[in-house]
Amino acid sequence: MAGMHLLSDQGLRLDGRRANELRQIRCKLGVFSQPDGSAYLEQGNTKVLAAVYGPHEIRGSRTKSLHDKALVNCQYSMATFSTGERKRRPRGDRKSQEMSMHLRQALQAAIRVEVYPRSQIDIFVEVLQADGGNYCACVNAATLAIMDAGIPMKEYMVACTASLGNGDVPLVDISHLEENSGGPNLTVAALPLSGQVALMEMSQRFHLDHLPKVVECALQGCRDIHQILDQAVRRHIEVSGAVGWGIRPQVKL
Amino acid sequence: MLTTKTFLRKTKKGNILKIVREHYLRDDIWCGSSICRKCAHQDNELILEKIPLSKNKIFPFPHYILLDTCVVLNQITVLEEDALCNVIILQTVLEEVKHRSSSVYKRLKDIIGNPNRKFYVFVNEHHKDTYVEREPGEKVNDRNDRAIRVSVAWYESHLMPNKGDRKKKDYVRVILLTDDAENKQKAENDGLLVATVGDYVRHVDNCPGLEDRLSQHNTTYELQAGGREPLFPSHLTPSQIHEGIKSGKLLQGSFLASRENFLEGQVSVEGQDKMVLVQGCVGLNRAVDGDIVAVKLLPKEEWSVPSHMVLQDEDDDSGDVLEEEDTLIKSRETQVEKLPTGHIVGIIRRKWRQYCGILQQNPIKGSVRHIFVPAEKKIPKVRIETRQADTLSNQRIVVTIDSWPRNSRYPLGHFVRALGKIGDKDTENEVLLLEHDVPHSKFSETVLSCLPKLPWIISEKDVQSRVDLRHVDICSVDPPGCTDIDDALHCMELENGNYEVGVHIADVSHFIRSGTAIDKEAALRATTVYLVDKRIDMVPELLSSNLCSLLGNEERFAFSCIWELTQEAEVVNTRFCKSIIRSRQAMTYEEAQMKIDDLTLQDNLSKSLRGLNSLAKILKKRRIENGALVLASPEIRFQVDSETLDPVEVETKKLRETNSMVEEFMLLANISVANKILEDFPECAMLRRHPKPPLSNFEPLVKAGRNLGFEINIESGKALALSLDNAVRPDNAFFNTMLRILATRCMMQAVYFASGMVQRDEFFHYGLAVPIYTHFTSPIRRYADIIVHRLLAVSIGADVTYPELLDKRKSQTLSHNLNYRNRMAQYAGRASVALHTHLFFRGKVQDEQGYVLYVRKNALQILIPKYGLEGTLYLSPHKAEKLNVTFVYNEEEQTQKCGDVSFRPFDPVTVQLSLDQSNLQHEKIIMKLVNPQILGFSVPSVDSVKRKESDKDLEMEISDVSTSPVRKKSSKKQKTK
Repeated sequence: MAGMHLLSDQGLRLDGRRANELRQIRCKLGVFSQPDGSAYLEQGNTKVLAAVYGPHEIRGSRTKSLHDKALVNCQYSMATFSTGERKRRPRGDRKSQEMSMHLRQALQAAIRVEVYPRSQIDIFVEVLQADGGNYCACVNAATLAIMDAGIPMKEYMVACTASLGNGDVPLVDISHLEENSGGPNLTVAALPLSGQVALMEMSQRFHLDHLPKVVECALQGCRDIHQILDQAVRRHIEVSGAVGWGIRPQVKL
Repeated sequence: MLTTKTFLRKTKKGNILKIVREHYLRDDIWCGSSICRKCAHQDNELILEKIPLSKNKIFPFPHYILLDTCVVLNQITVLEEDALCNVIILQTVLEEVKHRSSSVYKRLKDIIGNPNRKFYVFVNEHHKDTYVEREPGEKVNDRNDRAIRVSVAWYESHLMPNKGDRKKKDYVRVILLTDDAENKQKAENDGLLVATVGDYVRHVDNCPGLEDRLSQHNTTYELQAGGREPLFPSHLTPSQIHEGIKSGKLLQGSFLASRENFLEGQVSVEGQDKMVLVQGCVGLNRAVDGDIVAVKLLPKEEWSVPSHMVLQDEDDDSGDVLEEEDTLIKSRETQVEKLPTGHIVGIIRRKWRQYCGILQQNPIKGSVRHIFVPAEKKIPKVRIETRQADTLSNQRIVVTIDSWPRNSRYPLGHFVRALGKIGDKDTENEVLLLEHDVPHSKFSETVLSCLPKLPWIISEKDVQSRVDLRHVDICSVDPPGCTDIDDALHCMELENGNYEVGVHIADVSHFIRSGTAIDKEAALRATTVYLVDKRIDMVPELLSSNLCSLLGNEERFAFSCIWELTQEAEVVNTRFCKSIIRSRQAMTYEEAQMKIDDLTLQDNLSKSLRGLNSLAKILKKRRIENGALVLASPEIRFQVDSETLDPVEVETKKLRETNSMVEEFMLLANISVANKILEDFPECAMLRRHPKPPLSNFEPLVKAGRNLGFEINIESGKALALSLDNAVRPDNAFFNTMLRILATRCMMQAVYFASGMVQRDEFFHYGLAVPIYTHFTSPIRRYADIIVHRLLAVSIGADVTYPELLDKRKSQTLSHNLNYRNRMAQYAGRASVALHTHLFFRGKVQDEQGYVLYVRKNALQILIPKYGLEGTLYLSPHKAEKLNVTFVYNEEEQTQKCGDVSFRPFDPVTVQLSLDQSNLQHEKIIMKLVNPQILGFSVPSVDSVKRKESDKDLEMEISDVSTSPVRKKSSKKQKTK
């Protein structure tokens, strides 16, 4: 049966992690010079690029502009080479559109949009390699990119997935293999310090009794990721100083 | 956090897909040894002993054993012995075993789970020092072997004490056991300690039987004569099979050996209506019953028909020659419809298990090679090696098959254990429980600790949460001697002229809570197994015969289903509740019948019984009008001597009106509950369905009917029921019953299922002719009922759910087990009846009335209703015997003629029954024809003349009931205890 043996008797998952261990996270801020902020993030084999433009004036029709806050515009796309079998359309399909909406929902909750009325913030994320937890990697990368762009946020917006192995053990940060084995798949995007949840999504079903521990597991994952991201941001500032922190080096004419 | 390294693994699959997976290597995997001071063990992880005592002569120093994959796969029976302890199982090995054989994997897990055996699983694949990457061009197997050697070397150096405190005695070595010569050689080159299992086991002290348990897998079987051609064609390689199946040249299916003819079998191919026939030793090509095989269909002109012959492998040890079989199987008449015929060309998966049977000693004294004869006739004889032949020759033993080389007539196997003396009733019971895979060990302490403490009292809280029905006149009706009473009834006339009828079922789910040890045990056992002299309970006796049993005048918890019925037995409304009841009286069917019949009795109980009875009649009539089948199966009961427990008298079960009264209301309750739980749980309701049999199943029935001038209409259940009712012959009163017995055998097995896994229109119960059905009424003896109780309790808000209950996949897995156990329990019950029939006929000779059931080419199959016995009567001469009468077989009319006497199906005959004890190991019941008389063939009846020697010509062997061709039996009986 699918979803049954995600955890061995020795307490190890298929890739050798324990139930409460995240995949290895590596990230870098300010990878591009063109956008206002950018970041690259690897969560295991899931690799994501994020770029942030703005805040700037509303482009296109003025009707979209909001008088009291900034418009957050997200675009999620997956490179054609990101999955095992080549993808046809990198963006614009139903799934990507849904992902874009979810990204916007989560990020809008973290960005202090009220600081920039009648303006627009564009966030582009591109999945270079998909190996499970794409949405989480995107949220985390976007958070870093927004930081890099110097846009004020209430808190880090961090996302993490969790599943249920062997029927009752919560597993954190599930990989593609685990996603596909048919178990439930819970995604949580939260503000880890205040513990507020911005987005929660679940596929498959399990008994209500399991829900609290799986949610707690995902939130713990968010807190762990937060630590890692925070370290990365601090290191980035130490190394590059003000450079890349909103102010671009001016090109001498 | 942790040191992790990311490694990439690339696999290709299908249209070349690159899969990249992470593989984390860890530094927190410990060695599991108590002697180790380097690892930061938790206490419960210290599995391997500090200084393991060596019992081995070639390795007289403390050591741990590390096993190769092939050793685990082939020598699992050796490992199951307690002799080998302190063993390291690598994850590489575990994964490979899991991949190759799920049964061995399960057994290995059981061993690992036993703390006394001290088996430690070392996750070498994720250890930073023992992970081995596959080199370019290296085969997976070679890579795994290398990984095993690397782990051995790691252990050796890990357990090596530091130079400073090196003391000889607390120095533990690691020995690799492998049967792979190449691996052994390489390990020796690496300077590791290595041995073959054979060498190791032969030098273990104080374990005499251990060597016998060595698998014969690797020892090549040499022919005594030598140099002869292999007997069987070789099997195709897996890749050839795969290709063949893909291209449609080969078919995949499970092989079902014939019980009657050892040279014949059928392959049931998935998605095909008709089975593929395989005949002859070469055609069968070493397939054993249950194996998943690949068959190649023969061209249409070579298709054949089942041989109608009853053949048994009678040879003592035929050496390695295949018998002249052409004469045996060539019965290729043109007029009959031929079946698709094929040859087995390869085995996809073996389904070998352990087999019970007896040892047939080698006539050469002192030889260690013997033949093992399995109890089940579908299984071929097995060659085994043992040095304990003398002690084992009169014992029942368990043997497992290891391999079947091309040049051996029989498969090779090895001895597993002895069960006890042949003929001993306990041994025989043990055999039939084992053969039918019935879990029958005593309940463990953990299970018993789940029982409520005595004295058990009903608390105030219980009363509040339940409906109090103690004032209602409830009674139970059951067979005599029944101690696990799980249902009780009541009936009251209401003011508006309607009746209130209640069915009260023991509330077992109150005592068996989900997830407890007792629940797990009950789920495993799935059903109570009734043998003639023994009952193997599903739940401990305290529950089954006391706290749950609705005894007379005791206050008990029940789950009640209460209807309001009109005079015409139409349901006005239904309600369910958990209740407390007090049964006024626990009656037998007979007592209840007497109360109904005696019109002078006007007490509440009698009145309510009469009400129930009249309503039941209406219900039954309506059900039969809807097309419910009334089937028959010969069922008997033994009167057992109270002291010796030997059977003294046999009687067929009688049916009274009250039986069907109880049955009707149980059916009604089951149907009501089924509707209720399906409404509330459309995905995970545990229901029971009885599929409509495919029309081809009815062929024997239609044929038999047509031969005697009755047209059996099989279009629908109703038509079938009707035509069965009409098929009555005034001259043969038993004829109709015989037809019904035949009809029973055409049926499919009814099965449990989770409602979310099956299409809605397949829920139908064919035998009962109801659209939806479940089991609710016997929770004491069936686990399915407990699940249904839990579901119903949730849907009326009396209980809470738990995750497994609502998981349809888990329910489906559970129902697979229930179906399997139920089937096995049924077979075990029948086998027990057969066993007691044998005991009953010890030292007896009797004439009995019987009926011809089938006419075969060389035999008649006869049913003796009095004993529910079915046997084969050989009409053609046995080997080396002369018969001075010849029978002419007419296949078209299904008759056997000799002179002016002819046998047709359903003809009455009289036969003489006795037990042949000449072969101690294989007692069988012999029958001789008494009537109709055929000169030189039949024998005089017992009464007229005492039996003489001379007529060995016509003998009839009673096949064990388990091996009689009863394949499909409807489980229509709702209420047979």
